Amino acid sequence: MRKLALRDEILLKIDKPARYIGGEVNSVMKEKEQVDIRFAMCFPDVYEIGMSHLGIQILYDMLNQFEGVWCERVYSPWVDLDEIMRKENIPLFALESQEPIKNFDFLGMTLQYEMCYTNILQILDLSGIPFFAKDRGEDDPIVIGGGPCTYNPEPIADFFDLFYIGEGETQYEPMMRLYRKIRDKGGSRKEFLEEAAKLPGIYCPLFYQVTYKEDGTIAEFKPVKEGLPTTILKEIQMDLSDTYYPKKPVVPFIKVTQDRVVLEIQRGCIRGCRFCQAGQLYRPVRERNVDMLKEYASEMLKNTGHEEISLSSLSSSDYSKLPELIDFLIDECNRKKINISLPSLRIDAFSLDVMSKVQDVRKSSLTFAPEAGSQRMRNVINKGLTEEVILKGAKEAFEGGWSRVKLYFMLGLPTETDEDIEEIAVLSDKIARVYYETVPKEQRNGKVQIVTSTSFFIPKPFTPFQWAKMGSKEDFLDKARKVKQAVVSQLNQKSIKYNWHEADVSVLEGVFARGDRKISQVILKAYEKGCIFDAWSEFFKNDVWLSSFLECSLDIDFYTTRERSLDEVFPWDFIDCGVTKEFLKKEWQNAMAETVTLNCKEKCNGCGAARFGGGICFNREK
Amino acid sequence: MTNEHTKVRIKFSKYGSMIFIGHLDIMRYFQKAMRRADIDIAYTTGFNPHQIMSFAAPLGVGLYSNGEYLDIEMNEPMNSKLMITRLNSVMVEGIDILSVKKLPKTAGNAMASVAAAAYTVAFREGYEPDFDYKEKLSDFASKDRIMVTKKTKKSEKEMDLKPFIYELSIVNDKIHMLVDASSSGNIKPSLVMEAFYKENGEVPSEFAFIITREDTYTNIGTDEKSEFVPLDAVGSEM
Ligand code: SF4
Repeated sequence: MRKLALRDEILLKIDKPARYIGGEVNSVMKEKEQVDIRFAMCFPDVYEIGMSHLGIQILYDMLNQFEGVWCERVYSPWVDLDEIMRKENIPLFALESQEPIKNFDFLGMTLQYEMCYTNILQILDLSGIPFFAKDRGEDDPIVIGGGPCTYNPEPIADFFDLFYIGEGETQYEPMMRLYRKIRDKGGSRKEFLEEAAKLPGIYCPLFYQVTYKEDGTIAEFKPVKEGLPTTILKEIQMDLSDTYYPKKPVVPFIKVTQDRVVLEIQRGCIRGCRFCQAGQLYRPVRERNVDMLKEYASEMLKNTGHEEISLSSLSSSDYSKLPELIDFLIDECNRKKINISLPSLRIDAFSLDVMSKVQDVRKSSLTFAPEAGSQRMRNVINKGLTEEVILKGAKEAFEGGWSRVKLYFMLGLPTETDEDIEEIAVLSDKIARVYYETVPKEQRNGKVQIVTSTSFFIPKPFTPFQWAKMGSKEDFLDKARKVKQAVVSQLNQKSIKYNWHEADVSVLEGVFARGDRKISQVILKAYEKGCIFDAWSEFFKNDVWLSSFLECSLDIDFYTTRERSLDEVFPWDFIDCGVTKEFLKKEWQNAMAETVTLNCKEKCNGCGAARFGGGICFNREK
Repeated sequence: MTNEHTKVRIKFSKYGSMIFIGHLDIMRYFQKAMRRADIDIAYTTGFNPHQIMSFAAPLGVGLYSNGEYLDIEMNEPMNSKLMITRLNSVMVEGIDILSVKKLPKTAGNAMASVAAAAYTVAFREGYEPDFDYKEKLSDFASKDRIMVTKKTKKSEKEMDLKPFIYELSIVNDKIHMLVDASSSGNIKPSLVMEAFYKENGEVPSEFAFIITREDTYTNIGTDEKSEFVPLDAVGSEM
């Protein structure tokens, strides 16, 4: 039987010991003697969050298919265990073998949101691995980062040996081979890093140097070693139907955020909303074959025993075979008493019909993400959702029995005026009016419930808004107050509930999103002063962050509210995500001119992603 | 229960790292396991059908067991041996399916059937008591009354444990006890141990005991003259 890393006394004392014991259904055990590469895959947040992430499940399954490689999982110990591990000097361990991370060959971390950055340091710290890549020795694992945050890896560049830019399906196998080859001939860590840095999509920050101008912006970014590329093109898996996808995902004992089978139907998005980073990073859109999806759906349900299946993609309504897939799922799931959850569907007659088949309309709520209140603002952000479409969708939904609506908006978008802000409340009210006009009194089940939420706009790299000024905390709160005021002056104010997102954390996220290498010292300082789990509002310590910036003599406004010129060299410019900077500039100018750009299905706008030779760029329906 | 359904009682053990999985998660685990093993379990009707499944006696986190039970209803009966094999093929290390029995139509539900449970208590290394527990136990067991304070969320109350303890002895150097586990008198083995320690002037550490529920029993005798048999003894092979 497996020996657990933690004593019974500890496991019985802490919250949810199941986070740390491994042994779940479909977790992969291998004989140590049969493998020669040990890979620890980490999501630097608590187990329930990390276990819900599809990307990790894909990579875990893939790496474990490689001969001689054993991939295990590790997550951030929650604060209760964190404290015990520090006090008792217990090294961080992997769930499967329960062995210390320090003994592994690789420590991979997926970076899904900026607010996990101090948890990266927690993982390194508890593992006994030096924070800085430059300080690591032959006995330390190779620390490699992946995921969306690596499209601007600079704020955390000092902490990683390597970054994998792009989709993980393509380069891990060559990397494992390379590692084995170099190690088996007695080569050093440095030799491996030098060779790995030449693999497509792989970035080794140690071998690149940044110099700054007097104003703090970047003068030059270049490799300091012969033979390394000056730009790194993202990796992409063009054929998503014949590739790795887990047929046997791990089934947690405790309830996690995604307690269901997740079927990724496509990658990328045709729409090109100008604030959206994912919409640019994962271009071009590539669909998975519908037969493959059917086969995987059945197998995954069988192998996990989950009682729910969910479709995943940035915009499921755009999947070309959606009706066929959904018919299949409804049939299959009805027989097996399995629930279907369909997030990210555009509200229209088709989706309402489907949703009424798979969920209890009285209990479920309808989600619209207009993102901006006025049509003018929606043109700026290129959100092709008109008021007419929203109100029509709402009307049909109310006729179908729905009476709860969730609305998502952003505040602080480029060019936003007070009028645009007010329109958020006005649109919410119009939806309420549609309800009272559509549903006769006797059929109403109380009031319509409209929940209007706003988040603060954060400019992200590789979007047309990467040049945009971000709002300050005061701006944000002021705008939220204006929405609040506008809501209470509406006719149906009692039917509208308004929520807004924390401003402090948005500001910090804005710094990390477009930060440079100088930011790493602030992250380390904040960590040393106790910051951890910053994505959890109960642990987020804004004052500590502010003082850390002060002590490092770095100015938050430089990263957030500063106006950027069109020819500024950005920290992430050395990465090529497929979409050209020229295209993004053009889109930025289109935004300023309030001009809408058609989506990839309607018309190719020449973003640059066609160079990958597939996907929507070549399969546009005529 | 609809008439056509077959009532089935499943016995399982819990050990290793599974002792850290709480009762609610064990229920979820078995719901998923039924699907993985493709067991023809019956569902409730309605918009959100769920499996017809009920557990006998929730086991606390940290306890081992050789005798846990759950009841399910099946649309069609299935060969017991085959079902054990199928279920075991989808179990994780730490849970074994021990028996699968068809229940008579008249059988009460699992939880209401529980009358008693047998436990073995051993000591974690370094946590043995200072007094000679093997010698002292028989004195303790032969007391007329064993008074304890039972703490609930709202109040504390004095109660006599003695009528609820059916057996208390040393077996293979470990403490063996058979205690009331019915809904009215459910006695935790740790409560008995605390009283035993107190009797000998000690207070146990909360991590001192390694407790194994050996089996769960139902009463096929009368209230006055009880006759305890394991919960699956009332069923038959399919
Ligand atoms: S190249 Fe054209 S079709 Fe392809 S992703 Fe870019 S805009 Fe869309």
